[in-house]
Amino acid sequence: MVAGGFGVGKTTFVGAVSEINPLRTEAVMTSASAGIDDLSHVADKTTTTVAMDFGRITLDDDLILYLFGTPGQDRFWFMWDDLVRGAIGAVVLVDTRRLADCFPAVDYFENSGLPFVIALNGFDGHQPYRPEEVREALQIGPDAPIITTDARHRAEAKSALITLVEHALLARLK
Amino acid sequence: MTPPPASPGPYGASHHAPYGGEGDQPLVRPYAMTGGRTRPRYQLAIEALVSTSAEPGAYQGLLPEHQRICHLCRELKSVAEISALLAIPLGVARILVADLAEAGMVSIHQPSSSEAGGQPDVTLLERVLSGLRKL
Repeated sequence: MVAGGFGVGKTTFVGAVSEINPLRTEAVMTSASAGIDDLSHVADKTTTTVAMDFGRITLDDDLILYLFGTPGQDRFWFMWDDLVRGAIGAVVLVDTRRLADCFPAVDYFENSGLPFVIALNGFDGHQPYRPEEVREALQIGPDAPIITTDARHRAEAKSALITLVEHALLARLK
Repeated sequence: MTPPPASPGPYGASHHAPYGGEGDQPLVRPYAMTGGRTRPRYQLAIEALVSTSAEPGAYQGLLPEHQRICHLCRELKSVAEISALLAIPLGVARILVADLAEAGMVSIHQPSSSEAGGQPDVTLLERVLSGLRKL
Protein backbone atom coordinates (compact mmCIF):
# COMPACT_ATOMS: atom_id res chain seq x y z
CA MET A 1 0.00 0.00 0.00
CA VAL A 2 1.12 3.51 -0.67
CA ALA A 3 -0.46 5.97 1.72
CA GLY A 4 -0.16 9.63 2.59
CA GLY A 5 -2.00 12.91 2.45
CA PHE A 6 -3.67 14.47 -0.55
CA GLY A 7 -1.23 15.45 -3.28
CA VAL A 8 1.79 13.95 -1.55
CA GLY A 9 2.77 11.86 -4.57
CA LYS A 10 1.20 8.41 -4.12
CA THR A 11 0.29 7.94 -7.77
CA THR A 12 3.64 9.37 -8.86
CA PHE A 13 5.40 6.86 -6.62
CA VAL A 14 3.34 3.97 -7.97
CA GLY A 15 3.92 5.12 -11.54
CA ALA A 16 7.67 5.43 -11.03
CA VAL A 17 8.12 1.76 -10.29
CA SER A 18 5.11 0.08 -11.93
CA GLU A 19 5.56 -1.82 -15.18
CA ILE A 20 2.15 -0.60 -16.32
CA ASN A 21 0.82 2.95 -16.25
CA PRO A 22 -1.16 3.40 -13.04
CA LEU A 23 -4.74 2.19 -13.35
CA ARG A 24 -7.70 3.32 -11.34
CA THR A 25 -10.28 1.10 -9.73
CA GLU A 26 -13.40 2.60 -8.29
CA ALA A 27 -15.56 1.23 -5.53
CA VAL A 28 -19.09 2.49 -5.25
CA MET A 29 -20.32 3.08 -1.73
CA THR A 30 -23.98 3.50 -0.98
CA SER A 31 -25.03 4.93 2.30
CA ALA A 32 -28.59 5.22 3.42
CA SER A 33 -29.69 7.97 5.70
CA ALA A 34 -33.12 9.01 6.82
CA GLY A 35 -33.90 12.63 6.23
CA ILE A 36 -34.66 14.32 9.54
CA ASP A 37 -37.26 16.57 8.02
CA ASP A 38 -38.65 13.92 5.76
CA LEU A 39 -42.14 13.18 6.96
CA SER A 40 -42.62 10.29 4.58
CA HIS A 41 -39.71 8.47 6.27
CA VAL A 42 -38.16 7.52 2.97
CA ALA A 43 -34.47 6.79 3.34
CA ASP A 44 -32.21 8.83 1.15
CA LYS A 45 -29.42 6.97 -0.50
CA THR A 46 -26.27 8.65 -1.53
CA THR A 47 -23.54 7.01 -3.51
CA THR A 48 -19.91 7.91 -3.30
CA THR A 49 -17.16 6.68 -5.52
CA VAL A 50 -13.87 5.80 -3.88
CA ALA A 51 -10.97 5.63 -6.32
CA MET A 52 -7.66 3.87 -5.88
CA ASP A 53 -4.74 4.15 -8.26
CA PHE A 54 -2.56 1.09 -8.51
CA GLY A 55 0.36 -0.40 -10.35
CA ARG A 56 1.96 -3.79 -10.91
CA ILE A 57 5.45 -5.27 -10.84
CA THR A 58 6.09 -8.79 -12.12
CA LEU A 59 8.84 -10.19 -9.91
CA ASP A 60 8.94 -13.74 -11.26
CA ASP A 61 7.00 -16.13 -13.50
CA ASP A 62 4.58 -16.81 -10.69
CA LEU A 63 4.95 -13.72 -8.54
CA ILE A 64 3.28 -10.37 -9.16
CA LEU A 65 3.40 -7.46 -6.73
CA TYR A 66 0.60 -4.92 -6.74
CA LEU A 67 0.96 -1.44 -5.32
CA PHE A 68 -2.30 0.20 -4.23
CA GLY A 69 -2.55 3.88 -3.45
CA THR A 70 -4.95 4.42 -0.58
CA PRO A 71 -8.14 6.35 -1.35
CA GLY A 72 -7.72 10.11 -1.17
CA GLN A 73 -10.53 10.50 1.32
CA ASP A 74 -9.34 9.41 4.75
CA ARG A 75 -12.78 8.54 6.01
CA PHE A 76 -13.21 5.37 3.95
CA TRP A 77 -11.45 3.19 6.48
CA PHE A 78 -13.27 0.03 5.42
CA MET A 79 -11.53 0.34 2.03
CA TRP A 80 -8.21 0.50 3.86
CA ASP A 81 -9.20 -2.64 5.79
CA ASP A 82 -9.86 -4.34 2.47
CA LEU A 83 -6.41 -3.35 1.19
CA VAL A 84 -4.62 -4.23 4.42
CA ARG A 85 -5.87 -7.82 4.38
CA GLY A 86 -2.97 -9.86 3.07
CA ALA A 87 -0.81 -6.82 2.39
CA ILE A 88 2.95 -7.02 2.94
CA GLY A 89 3.12 -3.49 4.29
CA ALA A 90 2.72 0.19 3.55
CA VAL A 91 4.88 3.07 2.41
CA VAL A 92 3.59 6.25 4.01
CA LEU A 93 4.68 9.19 1.91
CA VAL A 94 5.18 12.35 3.88
CA ASP A 95 5.51 15.94 2.75
CA THR A 96 7.39 17.55 5.64
CA ARG A 97 5.81 20.89 4.78
CA ARG A 98 2.45 19.32 5.70
CA LEU A 99 3.38 16.78 8.30
CA ALA A 100 -0.06 16.55 9.88
CA ASP A 101 -1.52 15.23 6.63
CA CYS A 102 0.03 11.84 7.29
CA PHE A 103 -1.23 11.47 10.89
CA PRO A 104 -4.39 9.49 9.98
CA ALA A 105 -2.39 7.02 7.91
CA VAL A 106 0.29 6.56 10.59
CA ASP A 107 -2.38 6.04 13.26
CA TYR A 108 -4.20 3.54 11.10
CA PHE A 109 -1.13 1.42 10.37
CA GLU A 110 0.12 1.47 13.94
CA ASN A 111 -3.28 0.19 15.06
CA SER A 112 -3.50 -2.41 12.31
CA GLY A 113 -0.12 -3.95 13.05
CA LEU A 114 0.81 -3.80 9.37
CA PRO A 115 4.53 -3.12 8.83
CA PHE A 116 5.10 0.34 7.43
CA VAL A 117 7.90 2.74 6.55
CA ILE A 118 7.79 6.52 6.49
CA ALA A 119 9.19 7.98 3.28
CA LEU A 120 9.92 11.68 3.32
CA ASN A 121 9.13 12.88 -0.17
CA GLY A 122 11.34 15.84 -0.93
CA PHE A 123 9.71 18.49 -3.07
CA ASP A 124 12.06 20.52 -5.25
CA GLY A 125 14.82 18.31 -3.93
CA HIS A 126 14.52 19.76 -0.45
CA GLN A 127 14.49 17.76 2.73
CA PRO A 128 13.95 20.37 5.42
CA TYR A 129 13.81 17.90 8.31
CA ARG A 130 16.01 15.03 9.36
CA PRO A 131 14.44 11.61 9.90
CA GLU A 132 14.98 11.83 13.68
CA GLU A 133 13.14 15.14 13.81
CA VAL A 134 10.23 13.64 11.91
CA ARG A 135 10.16 10.60 14.20
CA GLU A 136 9.90 12.95 17.17
CA ALA A 137 7.18 15.02 15.52
CA LEU A 138 5.15 11.98 14.50
CA GLN A 139 5.61 10.35 17.89
CA ILE A 140 6.26 6.95 16.40
CA GLY A 141 8.39 4.28 17.99
CA PRO A 142 11.90 3.36 16.93
CA ASP A 143 10.84 0.36 14.85
CA ALA A 144 9.35 1.97 11.77
CA PRO A 145 12.12 2.96 9.35
CA ILE A 146 12.14 6.58 8.20
CA ILE A 147 13.79 7.18 4.86
CA THR A 148 14.01 9.95 2.33
CA THR A 149 12.76 9.45 -1.18
CA ASP A 150 11.85 11.15 -4.40
CA ALA A 151 8.58 9.69 -5.63
CA ARG A 152 9.44 10.57 -9.23
CA HIS A 153 12.46 8.36 -9.46
CA ARG A 154 12.23 4.64 -10.08
CA ALA A 155 15.43 3.79 -8.21
CA GLU A 156 14.27 5.65 -5.12
CA ALA A 157 10.77 4.18 -5.18
CA LYS A 158 12.29 0.73 -5.60
CA SER A 159 14.63 1.37 -2.69
CA ALA A 160 11.69 2.39 -0.49
CA LEU A 161 9.89 -0.85 -1.36
CA ILE A 162 12.98 -2.88 -0.53
CA THR A 163 13.28 -1.13 2.83
CA LEU A 164 9.64 -1.94 3.52
CA VAL A 165 9.93 -5.64 2.68
CA GLU A 166 13.14 -5.98 4.71
CA HIS A 167 11.33 -4.37 7.63
CA ALA A 168 8.33 -6.69 7.20
CA LEU A 169 10.61 -9.72 7.11
CA LEU A 170 12.46 -8.65 10.24
CA ALA A 171 9.17 -8.11 12.02
CA ARG A 172 8.08 -11.65 11.18
CA LEU A 173 11.30 -13.24 12.27
CA LYS A 174 11.23 -11.68 15.72
CA MET B 1 -21.81 -24.06 -25.42
CA THR B 2 -22.36 -24.87 -21.80
CA PRO B 3 -24.72 -22.56 -19.96
CA PRO B 4 -23.70 -21.77 -16.42
CA PRO B 5 -25.43 -23.57 -13.53
CA ALA B 6 -29.03 -22.56 -13.05
CA SER B 7 -28.64 -20.83 -9.72
CA PRO B 8 -30.43 -17.52 -9.19
CA GLY B 9 -27.59 -15.81 -10.96
CA PRO B 10 -27.45 -13.00 -13.44
CA TYR B 11 -28.71 -14.91 -16.44
CA GLY B 12 -32.28 -15.21 -15.31
CA ALA B 13 -34.11 -11.95 -15.14
CA SER B 14 -31.67 -9.55 -16.70
CA HIS B 15 -31.90 -8.49 -20.28
CA HIS B 16 -29.17 -8.23 -22.83
CA ALA B 17 -28.46 -4.58 -23.33
CA PRO B 18 -26.25 -3.69 -26.25
CA TYR B 19 -23.09 -1.76 -25.58
CA GLY B 20 -22.39 1.10 -27.88
CA GLY B 21 -24.55 4.12 -28.32
CA GLU B 22 -23.04 7.18 -26.72
CA GLY B 23 -19.40 6.62 -25.95
CA ASP B 24 -18.67 3.83 -23.51
CA GLN B 25 -21.63 4.32 -21.19
CA PRO B 26 -23.21 0.96 -20.45
CA LEU B 27 -26.96 0.89 -20.88
CA VAL B 28 -27.39 -1.49 -17.96
CA ARG B 29 -26.39 -0.26 -14.52
CA PRO B 30 -23.59 -2.47 -13.22
CA TYR B 31 -25.50 -3.75 -10.21
CA ALA B 32 -28.42 -4.76 -12.43
CA MET B 33 -26.07 -7.28 -14.07
CA THR B 34 -25.48 -8.96 -10.77
CA GLY B 35 -29.20 -9.38 -10.18
CA GLY B 36 -29.07 -6.96 -7.28
CA ARG B 37 -26.61 -9.10 -5.35
CA THR B 38 -23.99 -7.13 -3.53
CA ARG B 39 -22.08 -9.97 -1.92
CA PRO B 40 -19.89 -12.30 -3.92
CA ARG B 41 -20.20 -15.97 -3.10
CA TYR B 42 -16.77 -15.81 -1.55
CA GLN B 43 -14.65 -12.74 -0.92
CA LEU B 44 -12.05 -12.28 -3.62
CA ALA B 45 -8.89 -10.40 -2.70
CA ILE B 46 -8.48 -7.22 -4.71
CA GLU B 47 -5.20 -8.66 -5.96
CA ALA B 48 -6.56 -12.16 -6.71
CA LEU B 49 -5.43 -13.25 -10.17
CA VAL B 50 -7.91 -14.42 -12.75
CA SER B 51 -7.21 -16.47 -15.87
CA THR B 52 -9.75 -17.72 -18.37
CA SER B 53 -9.93 -21.49 -18.43
CA ALA B 54 -12.79 -21.88 -20.90
CA GLU B 55 -12.48 -21.87 -24.68
CA PRO B 56 -13.94 -18.85 -26.54
CA GLY B 57 -16.79 -20.99 -27.77
CA ALA B 58 -17.87 -21.65 -24.20
CA TYR B 59 -18.26 -18.03 -23.21
CA GLN B 60 -19.79 -16.54 -26.34
CA GLY B 61 -23.29 -16.96 -24.98
CA LEU B 62 -22.70 -15.15 -21.73
CA LEU B 63 -23.75 -11.61 -20.85
CA PRO B 64 -21.52 -8.96 -22.42
CA GLU B 65 -19.72 -8.09 -19.17
CA HIS B 66 -18.94 -11.75 -18.47
CA GLN B 67 -17.63 -12.13 -22.00
CA ARG B 68 -15.47 -9.06 -21.66
CA ILE B 69 -13.93 -10.49 -18.51
CA CYS B 70 -13.28 -13.86 -20.15
CA HIS B 71 -11.72 -12.12 -23.12
CA LEU B 72 -9.54 -9.86 -20.95
CA CYS B 73 -8.37 -12.68 -18.71
CA ARG B 74 -6.89 -14.80 -21.48
CA GLU B 75 -3.85 -13.10 -20.02
CA LEU B 76 -3.60 -13.18 -16.23
CA LYS B 77 -5.28 -10.16 -14.62
CA SER B 78 -6.05 -9.17 -11.06
CA VAL B 79 -9.59 -8.34 -9.91
CA ALA B 80 -8.41 -4.73 -9.58
CA GLU B 81 -7.22 -4.68 -13.20
CA ILE B 82 -10.49 -6.15 -14.40
CA SER B 83 -12.34 -3.40 -12.56
CA ALA B 84 -10.05 -0.66 -13.90
CA LEU B 85 -9.68 -1.83 -17.51
CA LEU B 86 -13.36 -2.63 -18.01
CA ALA B 87 -14.56 0.36 -15.99
CA ILE B 88 -16.63 -1.78 -13.64
CA PRO B 89 -16.99 -0.91 -9.96
CA LEU B 90 -14.73 -3.09 -7.81
CA GLY B 91 -17.61 -4.76 -5.95
CA VAL B 92 -19.34 -5.65 -9.21
CA ALA B 93 -16.12 -7.04 -10.68
CA ARG B 94 -15.75 -9.31 -7.63
CA ILE B 95 -19.27 -10.67 -8.09
CA LEU B 96 -18.93 -11.20 -11.84
CA VAL B 97 -15.58 -12.97 -11.42
CA ALA B 98 -17.01 -15.16 -8.66
CA ASP B 99 -19.91 -16.06 -11.00
CA LEU B 100 -17.49 -17.01 -13.74
CA ALA B 101 -15.37 -19.06 -11.37
CA GLU B 102 -18.44 -20.92 -10.18
CA ALA B 103 -19.40 -21.56 -13.78
CA GLY B 104 -15.97 -22.98 -14.46
CA MET B 105 -15.08 -20.26 -16.97
CA VAL B 106 -12.10 -18.79 -15.09
CA SER B 107 -9.53 -19.93 -12.55
CA ILE B 108 -8.75 -17.84 -9.51
CA HIS B 109 -5.30 -17.61 -7.97
CA GLN B 110 -5.67 -16.13 -4.51
CA PRO B 111 -2.60 -15.27 -2.53
CA SER B 112 -2.05 -18.01 0.02
CA SER B 113 -2.06 -16.95 3.63
CA SER B 114 -0.65 -19.51 5.93
CA GLU B 115 -1.62 -17.69 9.08
CA ALA B 116 -4.74 -16.13 10.52
CA GLY B 117 -5.16 -12.53 9.52
CA GLY B 118 -3.91 -13.21 6.04
CA GLN B 119 -0.34 -12.15 6.65
CA PRO B 120 2.07 -13.21 3.91
CA ASP B 121 4.41 -15.97 5.00
CA VAL B 122 8.15 -15.61 5.36
CA THR B 123 8.98 -17.49 2.18
CA LEU B 124 6.77 -15.17 0.17
CA LEU B 125 8.38 -12.11 1.75
CA GLU B 126 11.83 -13.44 0.90
CA ARG B 127 10.79 -14.07 -2.70
CA VAL B 128 9.38 -10.56 -3.00
CA LEU B 129 12.54 -9.07 -1.54
CA SER B 130 14.70 -11.07 -3.86
CA GLY B 131 12.58 -10.08 -6.85
CA LEU B 132 12.69 -6.38 -5.97
CA ARG B 133 16.47 -6.44 -5.58
CA LYS B 134 16.79 -7.89 -9.07
CA LEU B 135 14.69 -5.17 -10.69
